[in-house]
Amino acid sequence: MSTAVVTVNRGLFGGLNLRKKTLLIIGSTSLLLLAIVVSSVFLGEEPLQTNFGSKNLAPSLEHPFGTDWMGRDMFIRTLEGLGLSILVGGLASTISTLLTVILGLLSSAGKTADSFVSWLVDLFLSIPHLLLIVLISIGIGGGAAGVITGVALTHWPSLTRVVRAETKQLKTQEYIHISRNLGRSKWWIATRHILPHLVPQILLGTILMFPHAILHEASVTFLGFGLSPHEPAIGIILSESMRYLSAGYWWLAFFPGLSLLIVVLAFDMIGENLGKLINPKIAHE
Amino acid sequence: MSNNEKIASFIGKKALRLTSLLIIVCFASFMLIQYSPIDPVRAYIGEMPVTAEHKAKLEAYWGVNTPPQEKFLNWAGDILKGDFGTSLIYRTPVIDVIEERFTASLILMGISWLLSGIMGFALGIIAGANQGTWVDKAIKTYCYALAAAPTFWLALLLLIVFSVYLGWFPIGLRVPIGVTADNVTFFDWLKRLILPAITLSLLDIAKITMFTREKLIEVLSSDYVLFAKARGEKGLDLILRHGVRNVALPAITLQFLGFSELFGGTVLVEQVFSYPGIGQTAVSAGLKSDVPLLLGIVIFSTLFVFFGNLIADIIYEFIDPRIKQQEALV
Repeated sequence: MSTAVVTVNRGLFGGLNLRKKTLLIIGSTSLLLLAIVVSSVFLGEEPLQTNFGSKNLAPSLEHPFGTDWMGRDMFIRTLEGLGLSILVGGLASTISTLLTVILGLLSSAGKTADSFVSWLVDLFLSIPHLLLIVLISIGIGGGAAGVITGVALTHWPSLTRVVRAETKQLKTQEYIHISRNLGRSKWWIATRHILPHLVPQILLGTILMFPHAILHEASVTFLGFGLSPHEPAIGIILSESMRYLSAGYWWLAFFPGLSLLIVVLAFDMIGENLGKLINPKIAHE
Repeated sequence: MSNNEKIASFIGKKALRLTSLLIIVCFASFMLIQYSPIDPVRAYIGEMPVTAEHKAKLEAYWGVNTPPQEKFLNWAGDILKGDFGTSLIYRTPVIDVIEERFTASLILMGISWLLSGIMGFALGIIAGANQGTWVDKAIKTYCYALAAAPTFWLALLLLIVFSVYLGWFPIGLRVPIGVTADNVTFFDWLKRLILPAITLSLLDIAKITMFTREKLIEVLSSDYVLFAKARGEKGLDLILRHGVRNVALPAITLQFLGFSELFGGTVLVEQVFSYPGIGQTAVSAGLKSDVPLLLGIVIFSTLFVFFGNLIADIIYEFIDPRIKQQEALV
């Protein structure tokens, strides 16, 4: 994506340097996502009222995404769905990140703790990801709580792996040896020396976890294990659209999915550009 | 350590790992379901009206009031004997359902796995060899877009285009009702396989392409390629002789490590195309609270992922130890 974006950008803001461009991309993309969330929260129920006089309309200027079989405007529904997806994805990734921090620090505590963490990572990676989310979601009892717990409990392993590798490398550093010889406790070293070094990695990892969380939430909801059918979630919209496929109402599926794709790409873009700022080596490639 | 000893210790380690993994997975998933709001009696009865005594009998039959530990031991004991219980929705032994559905899914996954591997590798080589040109940029953009696309949405789009508008494939890709599996012609079977397999492989291509591309660029900037260029090798010959050979093994390893994602994709794709495979079965088992079937599927899919990782490990350990060394450095 970056290359395509860069080609477009070259024409748009040719006068800016790479750092300014990167900041601009991060800023504008974040603004877009923020706008989606804010508008979906403040939109309320009113525009979604059923209007059987205008059902199953193809996309037009009045209804850019068309309308569904109850005459509801698909653009508004999609916007609400995206907002919900971002919120659910955000909550789940935050919990996942907290788990990563705890387990990452635990793995720095000693050999036994470290092999326990590595064992736990392997265990969670050994069941197919989607099936595990479904299983946890069923175990919790479905609904929003089920899908958030499911997504939150399954997205930490890959980030924890990165954090573990980083911690291992940090622990060979001179200043940590000196600190240990000075009699600092393991906890002190973990929180004062190791954690600050991990912050950029964790921050970046969380943002890059977002798209996965959103896609998995939508998938699980699509299958029927996630958010309830009353919620305006993207997964629900798409699974409903399946019933109207043979009638040729393509817009019911096309636009909501495309919007989800754009949101996911936006998060990827923020993550990648933030990575460039945090780790300048990548920027030179 | 001699080679035989190494192999023996490798097998021993892996067998131990598999056993412990299965025990933990069985226990954890059983307990998860046990403490969930699922009521087996309700799931068995479905919508039928029943009297209170009948219900009490069923409760005794399903062991609603036995403590969970005892239930788990009974269930695990049966599984050790090879008895996975009876499926509630199909009313046949779970093992039979899984055997039939998993075979159907394995064919689907196998085809798309091969397709995505070959096409992804080829695209990756093309992109890497033409680094920086518009070909490379086009392939990269395509991969980024695909990686961000929701699986089921892509499946829906293909269904709309090829089934609804072009009419090349039937919309409900089920075997016609009343036709047994023996009477399905090879053509029918192929027809309902093509679209899901294409969807699944389209999605898997992205990862393998990006990986191959990066590896090839790395190889092409190495000293031995510089030396080969100095000797006068160039063009396709150079890439085939020095690039492809060095990139192939890590790429194959990556394909084997992707079994977990492949399974997840299959679940979604089967759901959209109503392909009668293990994914669709897992979804209906979950939705209709068919606990024995769901647990059986969890166990078998864990085995599936394990064997994918095992093959990757064998490649690490015995065929190309360099990969392992690189990992250790990271």
